[in-house]
Amino acid sequence: MNQPPASTSQPPTAPAGSAGPAGGDPLKQRDERWQIRVRGLNKTFGPQHVLRGIDLDIERGRTNIIIGGSGQGKSVLMKHLMGLLRPDSGQIWVDGVDVVPFSDAEMGKLRRKYGMVFQYAALFDSMNVVENIAFPLIERYNLSRAEIMERVRDLLRRLDLANVDGIEQKIPPELSGGQRKRVGLARALIDRPEILLYDEPTTGLDPVATKNVDEMIRRTADDFGVTSVVISHDMASTFRIGDRISMLDQGKIVVSGTSEEVLVSRHPALREFVETSGLVAPEQGGQA
Amino acid sequence: MSTTSSAENPPEISPMERRLRTLLEHLAAPLELILRYFGERAIMLGNAMSALVRRPFRLRLFLDQMQFVGVGSLPIIMLVGFFSGAVSAQQAITALRIFNQERFVGATVGISLAQELAPVFTGLMITARAGSGMATELGSMRITEQIDALSTFAVDPIQYLVTPRVIATTLIMPIMGMVFNIVGLLGAYLFSIYFEHIDLGQFIEQFTFWTDPKDYIIGATKALVFGITLSVAACYQGFYVRGGAKEVGLATTRAVVSGSVSILVADYFLIDAFHILWPYR
Repeated sequence: MNQPPASTSQPPTAPAGSAGPAGGDPLKQRDERWQIRVRGLNKTFGPQHVLRGIDLDIERGRTNIIIGGSGQGKSVLMKHLMGLLRPDSGQIWVDGVDVVPFSDAEMGKLRRKYGMVFQYAALFDSMNVVENIAFPLIERYNLSRAEIMERVRDLLRRLDLANVDGIEQKIPPELSGGQRKRVGLARALIDRPEILLYDEPTTGLDPVATKNVDEMIRRTADDFGVTSVVISHDMASTFRIGDRISMLDQGKIVVSGTSEEVLVSRHPALREFVETSGLVAPEQGGQA
Repeated sequence: MSTTSSAENPPEISPMERRLRTLLEHLAAPLELILRYFGERAIMLGNAMSALVRRPFRLRLFLDQMQFVGVGSLPIIMLVGFFSGAVSAQQAITALRIFNQERFVGATVGISLAQELAPVFTGLMITARAGSGMATELGSMRITEQIDALSTFAVDPIQYLVTPRVIATTLIMPIMGMVFNIVGLLGAYLFSIYFEHIDLGQFIEQFTFWTDPKDYIIGATKALVFGITLSVAACYQGFYVRGGAKEVGLATTRAVVSGSVSILVADYFLIDAFHILWPYR
């Protein structure tokens, strides 16, 4: 199992085959395996030290899950990955470039690499389904209405929404929970992001809907070839869809690895999480 | 390890110095509160204004807000304006009758409508109707993460949400104040002529003789300033709401209270400033 990588002020070592820090547009530099690498990330809000030196690697093209209890800083970490919050210290390397010193304008450009699916979809109430999905395109490009509609309808088809009666003109309150999630996903996917962030996508859903959302995440990763980062505390979902799992506890990544590696981890916080989820039987005699 | 440092043992301060520090802290606390209150709103206003000159320009959002603040508020402004004019005329006639000078009712109501009643009442009505709506809408957007969603699409939420509301309210306020003036005068006229039997010629003559463009410039300028204060108060409360539905409700209440108070306080200082600029006749 990969242990949490060490903090360093130097760029993380690039695996063999990755592009070096060559000239040109820094956003185009790529690392073949790791798309995002976080080192020594710290964030405090007043007296509260939320992130305490986070070290995390996000694998390109895979489904990366970040688990952790409530109030451990999962959403804060995700907002840092997206550039919505600035850390007090530490680095976030995206495709080989530390984005922490980026200006707001550079961060705006960087965000085009990302799509985000919010916990409750965060659809704009004042817009219908088509306007919601098309929003990033309308804001970023000068496309014709026909081009926009073509891309919106393509996504509606691929996300099994096209067969819902009058879906295009419906407003968010008229959609079911599952439909809202899929419209939120369509909006995140419309600009063809490289990285898709999901904030607790199965919270508040029944088991069947949870399974459907899991399948949606899995299928999206396969069909669109995106790097998925999922914030979750649903262990069943995590082991169903996760290629790589990292656990956030007390503001630090305490375990990181494949689902098989994580399942056999002896870390007390992880064992408690796994055992209370019912995935494995509790061990007798406490933790080793 | 045993170390003795100044951090562990801060230097002793005399009881007098301690009392003095406590006193200063108590005196500074309200000042800090006031500075923070105005400072935070001024920063939001500054950000909203700077976003105005940055691309992209979303004309549709401005027009939507002008429709919401202006056209949407028109019926209530006209209703309140009509009755305010009529009541002002009634009060003026009652007072002027003591001196047997009821003929001045057109002038009294005309000036008070133009300088005070129209901008202040319009401001209060827009605060109650549109300001509360803005705070609720932005607050709901905040708690359902719609504002965060805007940021993820690299859209500046201040530019997208606050700038159109502040600009639309600021531009629409003088127009609505003028509507209030016209309808208010109509109310005063109808009441004076048909209920109090004031001479029509006297009403119009005194009105046209004593009121002049200066009164309307004062009124329009005040309306413009009230447009800024009420919209910033409403947007600030909604935009920075934290929590759930209860907090959105509280933010709406605070938006109406702070918007209304800001209008009345600004009114006092503005009328003082205008009286320095244009002394009483």
